[in-house]
Amino acid sequence: MSDQVTPTSGSASGAGTVSLDEGHHVGTGGLPAVFENPGLPPHVHRAADDDPKAAKRAERQVAVLFTLSILGTLGFIVSYFAIDRTTSVFLPFVGLTNLLNVMLGVTLGISLLGIGFGAVHWAKTLMSDEEVVEERHAIRSSDESRDKVVAALADGAESAQLARRPLIKATAGAALGLFAIPLGVQLAGSMGNPTKALEELKQTIWDVKAGGKPIRLVRDPELTPIKASDVTIGSVFHVMPETLKELREHNVKAGHSEWHGVLEAKAKAAVLLMRLNPSEFKDDALGRKARDWGFQGIVAYSKICTHVGCPVGLYEQQTHHLLCPCHQSTFDVTRDCEVIFGPAKRPLPQLKITVDDEGYLVAPQGFAEPVGPSYWERLK
Amino acid sequence: MSTTASARTAADLRADDAKVTSATGSKAGAAAIWVDERTGIAKGAAYMMKKVFPDHWSFMLGEVAMYSMIICLLTGVFLSFWFVPSAGQIPYNGSYVPLQGVIMSEAYSSTLGISFDVRGGLLIRQIHHWAALMFCVAITVHMLRVFLTGAFRKPRELNWVIGSILSMLAIVEGFAGYSLPDDLLSGTGIRAAEGFIRSIPLVGSYISYLLFGGTFPGEAIIPRLYSVHVLLLPAVLIGLFTAHIVLVMVHKHTQFPGPGRTNENVVGFPLMPVYTAKAGGFFFMVFGVLALISALVTINPIWAYGPYDPSPVTAGSQPDWYMGFADGALRLLPGFLEFELFGFTWSMNVFLGAVALIPLMYTAAGVYPWIEAWVTGDKREHHLLDRPRNAPTRTAIGMAAFSFYVVLMFAAGNDIMAIRLQLSINDVTNLFRLLVFVVPVIVFWVTRRICLSLQRHDREKVLHGRESGTIVRTAEGKFFERHEDLDEFDRYKLVAFESPAPLALPSATDLNGVSSKDAKKARRRVAWSNFFFKTRVEPVTPAELAAAHHHGEHEAIPGGSGHAAIKHDKHPH
Repeated sequence: MSDQVTPTSGSASGAGTVSLDEGHHVGTGGLPAVFENPGLPPHVHRAADDDPKAAKRAERQVAVLFTLSILGTLGFIVSYFAIDRTTSVFLPFVGLTNLLNVMLGVTLGISLLGIGFGAVHWAKTLMSDEEVVEERHAIRSSDESRDKVVAALADGAESAQLARRPLIKATAGAALGLFAIPLGVQLAGSMGNPTKALEELKQTIWDVKAGGKPIRLVRDPELTPIKASDVTIGSVFHVMPETLKELREHNVKAGHSEWHGVLEAKAKAAVLLMRLNPSEFKDDALGRKARDWGFQGIVAYSKICTHVGCPVGLYEQQTHHLLCPCHQSTFDVTRDCEVIFGPAKRPLPQLKITVDDEGYLVAPQGFAEPVGPSYWERLK
Repeated sequence: MSTTASARTAADLRADDAKVTSATGSKAGAAAIWVDERTGIAKGAAYMMKKVFPDHWSFMLGEVAMYSMIICLLTGVFLSFWFVPSAGQIPYNGSYVPLQGVIMSEAYSSTLGISFDVRGGLLIRQIHHWAALMFCVAITVHMLRVFLTGAFRKPRELNWVIGSILSMLAIVEGFAGYSLPDDLLSGTGIRAAEGFIRSIPLVGSYISYLLFGGTFPGEAIIPRLYSVHVLLLPAVLIGLFTAHIVLVMVHKHTQFPGPGRTNENVVGFPLMPVYTAKAGGFFFMVFGVLALISALVTINPIWAYGPYDPSPVTAGSQPDWYMGFADGALRLLPGFLEFELFGFTWSMNVFLGAVALIPLMYTAAGVYPWIEAWVTGDKREHHLLDRPRNAPTRTAIGMAAFSFYVVLMFAAGNDIMAIRLQLSINDVTNLFRLLVFVVPVIVFWVTRRICLSLQRHDREKVLHGRESGTIVRTAEGKFFERHEDLDEFDRYKLVAFESPAPLALPSATDLNGVSSKDAKKARRRVAWSNFFFKTRVEPVTPAELAAAHHHGEHEAIPGGSGHAAIKHDKHPH
């Protein structure tokens, strides 16, 4: 067989052109331009269509599948009542797992699959497999129907005197245009109070009231104060402000749930405390600021990622990098938690700390900027 | 078990059995008459039962989506009987020992209850979750099928748009449901979602405050998400899904071209009984498989994560797979996309990936039918599908878009990859930043080449028959493989397609020699048309086949075994 020339690449060969080797051009010879549809191929009988034994076999197979389903259903009911809720079972490839869940799921699966396979097998072996042809009709309506719709609309408009009653037209339009507003106002107006948004996004429970005492740093979740001497070089503490304890106590006194507002406070106040050798801070403006806002190499940073707010939970002792596990923003503690990689833009806000008379770490003031993800009015 | 004791073939039984032709006479018939006299439903029912659906494995993908959705609705109703959509903090006192006494939300506590204290509750919960995952997989693959076969063309553009919206809402519905248990992992997801919302320019802070009823997390978000998850979105999903199915009925299902199948008919099996059995049976199969998976494979073990607390976090936080692409985009977008302008903060590093990406992607998908129709200028109805290879550029566009999606999805696993492969997370991320631009281009080019090759292969098969595997040796000792001609039915499947030529460039100036705006527009269209159709393969024509046979005869070896000529004897000209 020789090469065939494929009309490709937008060459001169138009749809009607036939590219053939010279000398063999036989012309179109009255052949149609495209192949004609040969029509449905002849129907081929399946085994069960012609052989009574095959038909009987198929019938039995379907019946077995349906019976399997019945057994599955019974198995489910027995399992539901008979199996202890806490029993575990070891299954290969699955491991230790709850026996009740396995038995209920497997029996339910058998019950459903029995019906499914039974019905499909029935359809494939015994129901007619002769293909049926249904004609399509144009999707569009007839011109007559379209005209009728136009006429009906025009009649309706005329009967309602839409064109000749501009006052009604205008007021009806306005009324329909406005009626949804009360619902929207109710919904949006009652969802929450956004007037406090900008104010509250800035506040944390680290903020010291005017003339108030510095706030002690306490361990999360034990809420015990931390002595500077407890923080050894290379260690890292998950920290909350002592005011969190006060918030809970206040709740109890006021008759609220003890936990009222606690998660909201924690969501902004979470802090990570690390101790570096003071010489490890970079000797530039950022590094010096980080060291100065700390105490003997102990520094505290907001744990809430400036990207989308996940807790920056991973601290690399060797490199002094903080890594956010959600989207891998990486912050360099030796340079004031500047972003060195990842999708975050801004450094983690630093919490200025010192020690009180008893040697406990305290924060004399709150964060200097809003913690957490960026928002439109952050600089306001 | 069986009442038809005599052994007869299936064909005999169908042919000989006495047919019931009237509704009168039986109890069921009487009931049907009662209903029909009050609803007049018989006319429609008779039509529906005879409705024909074509058979093809790829048409089952949409069915999987439909059934998964129904299974979600069913199991979701069960779950709602035990789930408490409240963020109120209580101490846990259920039967899961490691968490006893721990302060947690009622939502988390009740989800633990469903998992440990409600008999079979864990199974229902896991079926619900697996079905949701399956729903999103099936929708995605179904959408690919519809795109790659050109099923979105007139008159089905609207249904393509409805489907795109369904696909997008399925993701949102999934995220809302996934967030409800208020465990540490899903709570971290809501935490991130609050960050996403804040990144919306101008109104982000306020929208966040409204949705959360104040500062994050608040106690409002769980009940609100619950209402969205069990009421609002299911209502919209079911409404759109119904419209989707009704339009399928109205349009009648598309079919692949083939012998007997034309643009004016639909060839397949009637709803009664074959499709009822096949599609109905398939529902049970999907449900059964989901039940088996849920029995054996744990999904979302919320008890292992603990209750939500804004301070701790688990490493390796990944969302459900269908949110992966958005999460991946978020990991790749560099921080410098956040900037300050006019005294405001523009967090484009977050906004583009987390807020804008999903609607943008679905809008691009949604408008594609109009783009292609503009390029082709084709206003005809298309009920015959394209085999993907027969529309190389469309297939390449579809696969390129899909590869973009897949790269983003894998980017959401950059941390896992870095750990497993002992690579630097920075290198992995930077590689993905590169791949997200490079892979779609490569995939586009490769896909188009593969399509064209497959088309050429089809031509080869039509012109020279299929390889029989029989080696023939001629008298002179030459060897060649005998090719067998395709029969007309198999051949028709390979030649029944159109290969439109690109539009020709009109003259750039009008009759007076003035360059016209229309000409500019036309040039743009011609450029697009060339992009789509410049490289193309045409179907074999009867003339080409005749010529190939004629040509082949000269190759037949004189005095040989004659095998080579056998093939052509059937087609003398």
